[in-house]
Amino acid sequence: MPNSGSVIKAAFRRHDVQLAGIICVMALVFSTLSRTFLSAGNLVALLENYSVMAIMACGLLVVLISGGIDISFAAVAAVSQYLTAIIIIQLGGNWVLAFVLSAGFGFLLGIVNALLIYFLKALSVIVTISTMTFYFSMLLFVTDGKSLYDLPDWFTADLSLFGIPFPIVVATTALLLTVLLLSRLALGLQIYALGGNPEAAKRVGCNLLGLHCLVYGYSGLVAGFAGLVEAHRVEEVVPGALIGRELDVLAAVVLGGASLLGGTGTVSGTIFGIVLLAILQNGLTLLGVSSYSFGLVTGLVILISVSVTAYAAMRQRKRSAVNAD
Amino acid sequence: MPTEAAATPPPARPAVIALCERDPTVVMLAGLICVAILFFGSFAPARFLSAETLRSMAFQMPELGILALAMMIPLMSGGLNLAIIATANLSALVMAAILTRLIAPGTSPVADGSAVALALAAGFTTAFVIGFITGAIVAFLRVHPILVTLGTMTAVKGLAVYATNGGVIGGFPSVILFLGNGSMLGIPASMILFLLCTILVGVMMNHTPFGVSVRMIGSNEKATRYSGVPTGWILVWVYVVSSLLCWVAAVVMMARFNSARAGYAESYLLITILAAVLGGIDPNGGFGKVLGLTLSLVLLQIISTGFNLLGFSPHLTEAIWGATMILAIAIGVIREQLTSRLWFRRTRDSESARSVGVVPEETGIRERI
Repeated sequence: MPNSGSVIKAAFRRHDVQLAGIICVMALVFSTLSRTFLSAGNLVALLENYSVMAIMACGLLVVLISGGIDISFAAVAAVSQYLTAIIIIQLGGNWVLAFVLSAGFGFLLGIVNALLIYFLKALSVIVTISTMTFYFSMLLFVTDGKSLYDLPDWFTADLSLFGIPFPIVVATTALLLTVLLLSRLALGLQIYALGGNPEAAKRVGCNLLGLHCLVYGYSGLVAGFAGLVEAHRVEEVVPGALIGRELDVLAAVVLGGASLLGGTGTVSGTIFGIVLLAILQNGLTLLGVSSYSFGLVTGLVILISVSVTAYAAMRQRKRSAVNAD
Repeated sequence: MPTEAAATPPPARPAVIALCERDPTVVMLAGLICVAILFFGSFAPARFLSAETLRSMAFQMPELGILALAMMIPLMSGGLNLAIIATANLSALVMAAILTRLIAPGTSPVADGSAVALALAAGFTTAFVIGFITGAIVAFLRVHPILVTLGTMTAVKGLAVYATNGGVIGGFPSVILFLGNGSMLGIPASMILFLLCTILVGVMMNHTPFGVSVRMIGSNEKATRYSGVPTGWILVWVYVVSSLLCWVAAVVMMARFNSARAGYAESYLLITILAAVLGGIDPNGGFGKVLGLTLSLVLLQIISTGFNLLGFSPHLTEAIWGATMILAIAIGVIREQLTSRLWFRRTRDSESARSVGVVPEETGIRERI
């Protein structure tokens, strides 16, 4: 019969609870040091700034849980953003069409990744590095690196739902979709199974080809969302704008407790990972620390976080080994 | 009849096929290089097949080459080092800062010499410390190398950006510049440096206990540990050696650009992985040859220079690099399937031959029972 003390202890051992604790402490520190930190304006701006990252993180999380990794999502976002922009500039349209197009292009490019990984039986990191190089370089080659500025008015107009800015709405939708996929559908369990032990998943009767297509297709699909939101926010389409974010997003998802070995990871953890990085950078800005220090701080946070997590896991293993004896 | 078949020796196979079976990656790369040379040679024979082009290729290859070597060693151990570019840039910046502070137009050659030595030592130390920290976290805390080096990459690059505000430090003495732009006996100095590194790494990986341990760790870390190899320290040295190669690359890079900056050569990061894997380095660890890596670098360089001569944009070249990579993986898969089918047929034939020979014996046993 566990008493309340051990329940609390067990809760504290959970990764997302620890993260939430760190976030609360940080928010407390920053709000005492800077008055603007907790203001509604600052928080909304913060959420809006990190919404594109959150959307891309959803796709990467699903891929990581399945035991793979996707480095190409930023390139996929750039390509589907550009193609969609060309079509809506030429033919006009509306938001529904834009979303369908962008998500569709993203999904197709994701499927290409899935087929290559499944049929060539190659490491996902190698395949997606290759496709990233291919997609992005082809985009730059074909477009000559030219940006698109003449987006339709309906596309760049301010948009909000019940006062919530559009990027936050899309990010929330993507996060809810991911929760639905991972913990409300049977498919979600199959994704966890694939990441935990692919051979076992196959013998249980999972369709591995279908799952690969689902996982990488989903990553491409949400990357399409992210590309649209980014274009809406900055009111232009710059081919190289999203490139270089892959490793930031990976850092956030990993900070949120997803393992590169597959089989673990939660949406809540991912949200906390992004919020942690966001609050840290925002707080430092408000305290007047030079923005040049962000990389250093982010890197140290990643190193400390993964080291502490690994150290705790090692101690736990030792403890359970002793108990087993 | 069956005994006769067993007695005749298997027909001697041609040397080419034997080579193909022993080292398929090298053969495939050599083939692809020939195809590339023929392709570009027939499209732009005058410009492509000239000494000038060869020289420019020899100047361009070493940077990427040394960095690819730095990526190769962790890959062989089953890891990855995403921090190579950041490490190279930070140690280049440290060296550049010392050189530009200590060397003024009026100083004596002796003082210049000691300043260069001091700068090189400082760059070496920087790279060593980064490699040691990375290796220690990978080896003793057992964190996935992708995560550790993602962290060190971000932190090291962040430190470089923070210290310089993203600026450029430039203007070096001629000794350093010689390494980037000078040549000896017609061979670029940086190329000689690259060849030295290649030979050193090749000898280290194939003919020292360290190299064998690294490859064993890449194949099966647990088994290696249980057979008494200090896997932890070997892994630390893997990342230290990788970092030190970045230091060599840093010297070449700063010499070629005559400057150092936090953001140089970032696009090389994923290209080094591509070059290594194309060169037959198994990304799961354990297998790979320096010769394969060198050939893949030559292939990538020929593609790059060739398309450049044909007037295509560098973006198309990179796209083709990506496609080449996937093509190489596909060729590998198809080859494996073909050989396993051949192997299956061969074993099936010999099995049936043996079973024919065994039949009387078996029946004999059965009769005895």
